[in-house]
Order: sequence, then C-alpha cells, then structure tokens
Amino acid sequence: MPKVKMPRKSTNIDMTAMCDVAFLLLTFFMLATKFKPDEPVAVVTPSSINTQLLPDSDVILLTVAKDGRVFFSMDGQAKRKQLIEDLDTQYKLGLTQAEKTNFMVGSSVGADLKSLKTVLGMSADERKSSGIEKGIPIDSANNELGVWIEYARNVQGQLGSLNKLKYCVQADNETPYPVIKDILDTFKDKKIQKLNLVTNLEAKPAGSAAALYEAQQQATEKKAQ
Amino acid sequence: MAEMDTSSSGGGKKHQGTKSKKLSTRVDMTPMVDLGFLLITFFMLTTTMSKPKTMDLVMPKDTEKEEEQNKVKESTALTILLGKKNQVYYYEGLAQDPNASQDPNFFNATSFANTGGIRDIIIKKRDEVAQLRNFKGEPEDVVVIIKADDGATYQNFVDLLDEMAINRIQRYATVDISDQDKQWIKSTEASNGIQ
Repeated sequence: MPKVKMPRKSTNIDMTAMCDVAFLLLTFFMLATKFKPDEPVAVVTPSSINTQLLPDSDVILLTVAKDGRVFFSMDGQAKRKQLIEDLDTQYKLGLTQAEKTNFMVGSSVGADLKSLKTVLGMSADERKSSGIEKGIPIDSANNELGVWIEYARNVQGQLGSLNKLKYCVQADNETPYPVIKDILDTFKDKKIQKLNLVTNLEAKPAGSAAALYEAQQQATEKKAQ
Repeated sequence: MAEMDTSSSGGGKKHQGTKSKKLSTRVDMTPMVDLGFLLITFFMLTTTMSKPKTMDLVMPKDTEKEEEQNKVKESTALTILLGKKNQVYYYEGLAQDPNASQDPNFFNATSFANTGGIRDIIIKKRDEVAQLRNFKGEPEDVVVIIKADDGATYQNFVDLLDEMAINRIQRYATVDISDQDKQWIKSTEASNGIQ
C-alpha cells in the first residue's frame, strides 16, 4: 500500500484578523476607561438594588471613610474656585493662588478650616501619607460640614441652579452609624431632606416584591408595544 | 578554517543584471499582537464598567406641632433595631404597651440572611398587616420603624433600607433609639453571647 502523504502545511498563520480584533477591543477599552481621580481614601460602598445613576454634575459628594473621617467634594472647577475664594474671604484663611488652584483641580478635602492652608499646600501624595486630613468636624459644637454645605449651596445658587443640586453620601461599609447620623442631622438642620446614598448595584432577590414588580412592569410595557 | 564563500554573486549564472531581492509583503505580526493583548488586558482590568448607583433617602421634617406628626398604630408597626456584629433585632408594635413587652417572645434577634432573616420577618408582618382594614375599609400599610444602635455600621443601615426597597415597603422611618431599646439589645446580646 502506498503511504498516505500528509500535505505539508506551513506553521505560519495569518494573524491579521486576530490583530484586527485585538486592536478593536483595545480601542474600545481605552475609550471606555475613565481614570478615577486620586481619592484621599478608598471607600467600599454597600450594595443595593437601586438602579438610579449617580449624577455627574450639580452634585456635592461627601465621602466617609471607614474610621468616620468626612471628606467634601463638589463638581465643576468654576464652582470649586468660587467656593474656595468665598471660604478664604470669610474665614481669613490667607490662601495663596497656588493653594486655591490646588483645591480647584484636586480631589476631595477632609480637614478643618484651620488646617486647610497646610493641606492645600501639599501634594496629593503628601496629604495621604502625612495623615493631616482628620476629616471635616461634624460634631454639634463645631459643625464645619454645615459651613461647607452652606457655602457650596451659595455657590451653586450663583453659578447654577440650586434645585438641581444633589447631595450624595458615599460611605464605607464599616462606617459606624453615629457618624452617618451626625451627617444626616447636619443636612436636616439645613432643611435638606433628600439625600442620595451611593451604592453598588446588586440583583433583586428572586421572588421578592421588587423583582415581581419589575417583571410586572416589563410585562405591561411589552403589552403596550 | 577555510570557508567557502557561497554568497558570491554571479558565478556561472545567467541573470547578471542588478536585481532587487524580492521581499515578502508579510510581516511577522506576533509582537504586535502580543502588545495589543497586553494592553487589552490592562484596560480590561482597570476599567470599571458599572457606574455607582444611588439610593434616595428622604428624611422627615422635624416638627414640634402635633397636627403635623404622623401617628403610627401599634398594630401596624414593626420596629427593627440594628445592633453591633450585624445583628438585627425586632419587635412588633412600638413597645408602648408594658404588658406586651413582658412576653419573653417579644424581643427577638435575627440576621440579614436571605432566608430566615429579617426579610422573612418583614414579609410576614407586611402580609399580616395587609389583612387588617382601616376605618375606611382599606388594607392597612405596615410602618417599619428603624432604629440603629451606636454599634451598627453604615452597611447595616443601607442593607435595611434596601430591604424596604426589596419588599416594597412604602412607609418607613428612621427614629432615634431609646434607652429601653438599648437595654433590650444589651440583655439579648448577653444571652446570645455577643461581645
């Protein structure tokens, strides 16, 4: 019997297609990635079934660390600029232009007003390592968080619409409840009743009232179509 | 050692003109693909696709005026307390009746477990209360009173608010914890061996 001759094939394969796919994906992920600004604390938020998105603009964001330190942040460079200038004038902080710019472009701050000048004089890395940011005081004797909120509202009123402003609280799982209560009470004092708590998304438990309701909603929508 | 020069041009061959070497148009794409996939991996791992979500929290106005306050019926209320170590305690009603609170089964501990936890308690109470009728003959709504002890964490608080959303409880309120409640939590913790 004659030997079956295997056709000799080259080991080179055409990688063009693979390359195309790879770069397509690469482009997608590069464009989809949004690098987070360097936050002073890492916060692991709890999860909930809520699907409402965190707004991008017109938002005051309070970050609460595990140990109860409170950080303040606001969107928009123009608003941040106005805010720091107002605070500077009112509390005679004596900030330089560079320190103001640092606040304007930086991430959230969590220091009392007295040490704000020192904090803003540092770079982001120095701030993290020095541990100077002990959080904005929230106790009733010296509630500087109220001051921040007040000034932020004022700035928002001048440069935007006050009605659109959302107050978001982004706290860590392990934050003790009394800290949260103090924050909520601060908002209550300012006659702000509606807050947003930042959470991660989790699935609705099967068979729960919320899941059933959602299914029902979808069914009626389908019928309507 | 002597080597033969094999690359000598010409020799005895016929083509003598300057002939450019024919290069293949194929390039080796392996390194490029390697790099591409490396970058993909990097961006895939660093990307956070899901944006954070938010949960609405509407706080009631503090009011001194009697007529602006909502009265909660003892029979429609469920009080849930948050303790330390992710413990949840609950009792039915508002604990305003001293006789009811004498009952050893009045104050109970449970957990955030998906089954047999606080969710089942809420569902049971909700369905019980739905059987009741108010003076207009409409089904009653359960009112959940949430009280958090100092040992509770933010996660407990959000989890409980999430339970309200999951079970579609429309009426709930966060209230300051009373000394009596703290007392009960302490004694339950002692008997359950929670430090």
